[in-house]
Amino acid sequence: MAENKSLKLGFDVAGGDFERAGEASAKIKKMLKMIGVPADIVRRIAIGTYEAEMNVIIHAGGGNVAAEAFTDATVITVSDKGPGIPDIEKALQEGYSTAPDHVRQMGFGAGMGLPNMVKCSDEFDIKSVVGEGTTITMRFEHISEDL
Amino acid sequence: MKVSELMEALNLKLLTKDVALDGEVRGGYASDLLSNAMGQAQPDMVWVTMQGHQNIAAVASLIGLAAIIVAGDAPVAEDTLSKAELNDVVIFATEASAFEVIGKLYELGIGKE
Ligand SMILES: Nc1ncnc2c1ncn2[C@@H]1O[C@H](COP(=O)(O)OP(=O)(O)OP(=O)(O)O)[C@@H](O)[C@H]1O
Ligand SMILES: [Mg+2]
Repeated sequence: MAENKSLKLGFDVAGGDFERAGEASAKIKKMLKMIGVPADIVRRIAIGTYEAEMNVIIHAGGGNVAAEAFTDATVITVSDKGPGIPDIEKALQEGYSTAPDHVRQMGFGAGMGLPNMVKCSDEFDIKSVVGEGTTITMRFEHISEDL
Repeated sequence: MKVSELMEALNLKLLTKDVALDGEVRGGYASDLLSNAMGQAQPDMVWVTMQGHQNIAAVASLIGLAAIIVAGDAPVAEDTLSKAELNDVVIFATEASAFEVIGKLYELGIGKE
């Protein structure tokens, strides 16, 4: 058996597209369920992926949402060529948000998205350069706490 | 308690067509902030909110919630319902305020287990 065999799935998401928001995360969730990743892990992956997907749609004018599932873990990479984040430490604080009013009216902008990603993943990494874009990587081990 | 029993007990208006109502309800959560619900709500919970736009369907589906109750007669967009039906998400509406709905849920024993 090939040790590092993996399944990849990636989607481009458009900025401001609330119509299709969450579809990339839903498809990734479906794939992981299908290949037998434990349900509680799939749920955590879905949460982290959705938060990152929404940030790309709301804050970055679009980007890419990708999943790579290995035997022992899934890695989610969400990248954009948006404005970047000037102060990452601040952005990671609960409650910090620059979301505009029209998206706050839809219930976004609690400033909980990045903290949720940190909490639900086993490893979290963010790289952001102002004027160039942001890349978020989350790793989820396939070890179920339900077992 | 099953979703269908909850619907009867609270006299909720079912907005989504062709979705299963035999799911078991285990606890509940209330929030109008999507990321807050996303981070705190657990599978099989009922979610009480006043948001009615389509992203509530995505959140409920990704978490695996039992049902959404849109309280206080808040408007629910048509595309919210089509999205919900596609993903097997149950959405109810009620004129009762979120406060009243949550009170009744507690009276029914939901959230006490
Ligand atoms: N991909 C991104 N590009 C540019 N800025 C971003 C990006 N992701 C996050 N940010 C910045 O970081 C802030 C915090 O993000 P976070 O997801 O925690 O909260 P939010 O999106 O504002 O609200 P919520 O996620 O609770 O709906 C955002 O308001 C925004 O300023
Ligand atoms: Mg966010």
